[in-house]
Amino acid sequence: MLDTLTAALRSVLPADEVITDPVRLRTYECDGLTYHRATPGVVVLPETAEQIARIVRICNDFGVPFVARGSGTGLSGGALPREDGVLIVTSKMRRILEIDLPNRRAVVEPGVTNLAITEAVLHEGYYYAPDPSSQQICSIGGNVAENSGGAHCLKHGFTVNHVEACEIVTPDGDLVTLDALDPGYDLLGAFIGSEGTLGIATRITVRLSRVPETVTTVLAAFESLEEGGEAVSAIIGAGIVPAAIEMMDALSIEAAEAAVACCYPEGAGAVLIVELDGPGAEVARQFAQLQEICSKAFELRVADDPAERAAIWKGRKSAFAAVGRISPAYIVQDGVVPRTSLPRVLAAIDGLSRQHGIRVANVFHAGDGNLHPLVLFDDAEPGAGERAEMVSGAILDLCIEHGGSITGEHGVGVDKARYMPKMFSDDDLDTMQLLRCAFDPKGLSNPGKVFPTPRLCGEVPGVRKGVHPLVESGKAEQF
Amino acid sequence: MPREQLEKTGVTVRDAGPGDAVSGVRPSWVVLPETVEEVSSVLRACAEHDLAVVPVGGGTKLHWGRPPERCDVLLDLCCLNEVLEHAAGDLVVRTQAGVTMGALAAALAEKGQELALDTAPDATVGGTLATATAGPRAFRYGTARDLLIGITVVLADGTVARSGGKVVKNVAGYDLGKLFTGSYGTLGVIAEATFRLHPLPADSRWVVAEVEPSRLREVAAALAASQAEPSAVEVDRPDPEGPVTLAVLVEGTAAEPRALVLREIIGAGEVAGEPPSWWGVIPQDEVLVEVRFLPSVLDGVLDAAREAGFRLRGSPVSGRLHLTPAGDAGAETLARLRERTGRMTVLATQREDVDRWGEVSALPLMRRVKERFDPGRTLSPGRFLGGI
Repeated sequence: MLDTLTAALRSVLPADEVITDPVRLRTYECDGLTYHRATPGVVVLPETAEQIARIVRICNDFGVPFVARGSGTGLSGGALPREDGVLIVTSKMRRILEIDLPNRRAVVEPGVTNLAITEAVLHEGYYYAPDPSSQQICSIGGNVAENSGGAHCLKHGFTVNHVEACEIVTPDGDLVTLDALDPGYDLLGAFIGSEGTLGIATRITVRLSRVPETVTTVLAAFESLEEGGEAVSAIIGAGIVPAAIEMMDALSIEAAEAAVACCYPEGAGAVLIVELDGPGAEVARQFAQLQEICSKAFELRVADDPAERAAIWKGRKSAFAAVGRISPAYIVQDGVVPRTSLPRVLAAIDGLSRQHGIRVANVFHAGDGNLHPLVLFDDAEPGAGERAEMVSGAILDLCIEHGGSITGEHGVGVDKARYMPKMFSDDDLDTMQLLRCAFDPKGLSNPGKVFPTPRLCGEVPGVRKGVHPLVESGKAEQF
Repeated sequence: MPREQLEKTGVTVRDAGPGDAVSGVRPSWVVLPETVEEVSSVLRACAEHDLAVVPVGGGTKLHWGRPPERCDVLLDLCCLNEVLEHAAGDLVVRTQAGVTMGALAAALAEKGQELALDTAPDATVGGTLATATAGPRAFRYGTARDLLIGITVVLADGTVARSGGKVVKNVAGYDLGKLFTGSYGTLGVIAEATFRLHPLPADSRWVVAEVEPSRLREVAAALAASQAEPSAVEVDRPDPEGPVTLAVLVEGTAAEPRALVLREIIGAGEVAGEPPSWWGVIPQDEVLVEVRFLPSVLDGVLDAAREAGFRLRGSPVSGRLHLTPAGDAGAETLARLRERTGRMTVLATQREDVDRWGEVSALPLMRRVKERFDPGRTLSPGRFLGGI
């Protein structure tokens, strides 16, 4: 069937933008989560929304699933292709269509990188606020799918708070505009963060923010993680909402030193990076408060210009990749706990680490309780990978136990679909599925992501046993 | 008898009176659940007997939207009035939907925090969410959907479902909170909500000035772009032909010097520690129109409102104004107003011949959502756009 499908796709796109060559297909077999791999059936590289709409309609005609992919930096396997389906890559759609400063917005194609938007408007004193750490390469379409955050979302919010409209191709292949200014259901809000399961964003209107008058970045070194944690609580307790509060423990500092020689204060059990932004007078007063709060820090560094700021952020930004220097293999985890539970959860993670003989480096967005434990292991050692997986999974259990979430910004994807029933009841998941079925009754748009084997649309709630007859006979896909 | 079936649920039921009418449609009964479970059993009973339900909170906006096609039960959520958990250290509150915004604000203020939505104190949490009302400070903090981090809803068949949670940063699963915010009771009943909070600002100042309408766009744009970071910019024009009053709010530390910077931009004005009386007050007129627009077309909106004889109040920087007619507000007048303002919703009117919403690209998708969530059309049927 793939042959006739490919022929149909070639009626929409030039031949070299419909990829079937096995070697080239392998380029797309995974996203940033490299241990889930699948070679896509066909890859297409459209250049317009109309082409995507036609491709999706062809997928509908053939009953074939499709997956959208931007830059492929996602960390939950959200862009993992289907061997029996079409991978729609938006990397050729990289035009910034409009910059509208009087209305503080820009209209872009989905393949535009996150940072490119800021670069296009920074000289005018504006920027695009959400800043995932992959912002140099990640695409805005991917950001919309994942509702990406970043270090500064503590104060400035997530993608969903900064997108004002999306033109989408629905799973049926219709072009529809979801606009925050329109009356009716907030389908834009529901679409953002739906991980490609409700359609594909083909044109995105983002809000631009005015650059703050002053930015002050502080690095505070503490002897222990506990002292750092106390400082975080005290900052929030003082009524300060910094743009970012980041924390790293001794092991992640060690890794960062090895990788990028960030020269953080020696002997630190934890470093805290606090960034204050806003009007000069406000930042000055908050900085004075902050100095008092961080009185237990044995060293305090302050950056007022971009170069000094970059020096402070260097270690933090390199942390994920840096652990490669101190460990042959690692898992990047992403979980959230209420901020006040951080001390207990960190102690429990330490316990898990000791119990299983698996080192865990802790890097986190302390301000919003978003943990990124890096679970280190030696993949040459028999059983180590399994133990690391176990520790990594147990950390998510801890997050749920403390009233948190299994993902703060990386998404559910294929990676965490199996944890969804731990966080949500069957009724919760079935209700989410109602939205899915309204958009995608055939279940063709990125199936297998987010939800653990849900019912087919139209199936009555109740007992779920065995394989669905339609699936068994090959007439339907379970998504 | 349906009433007996309703009473079987153990929930308080009373006969409805003329004062319980929803946009002129009088329900048969008013039901007063006290728990989420009771909401669920009432809705289940209603679904079984095909009784149409309209949920109500404080009733402050019950006249918004079209009259329901039918209404058997008015589901009064006033007894779900408990603030369930205020985790001050986490800047999060979980509350039942019947809590009034005033009561919630008072509870949060005890710990020096607030939910940064400016709505009428007697409106409830549920009603504020269901209508997605936005106040002046939406410019800085976003609207209800931006501050909502978790929700518990009860569907037409009684299913109780949650999404989100009680942490601000959370991307697990669909965000049903967004879907239900602004859904006017047509998808399910909002029973509980969890919000992110902000510390009460250390200080607040308003700069209030009269501004020539012809200068307003330019002044508003300069204020919005100012690095003194105002939290809100609002205008009020109580006479369609009269002067426009502009008020700008700045909050936080160093509010006074920042207010002076903003006054400089306006070129005049009084700096005050209290807002003007009209600040954040949504007009309660019989006819109420909301216009959404891009700030750059403000002049056109002002002209259109003046020529149609409408008073206005709202934010020139968020692009959201409430308009009320000084005189006639017939279908033709409103249609002309829409033609000239773009996106316009007639939130309240008693006239049947008025197009309240205009055309919306995503309407077919919205209908499909409604069909999935409420296939029996028992929840606020006909109240929303496209007859949803």
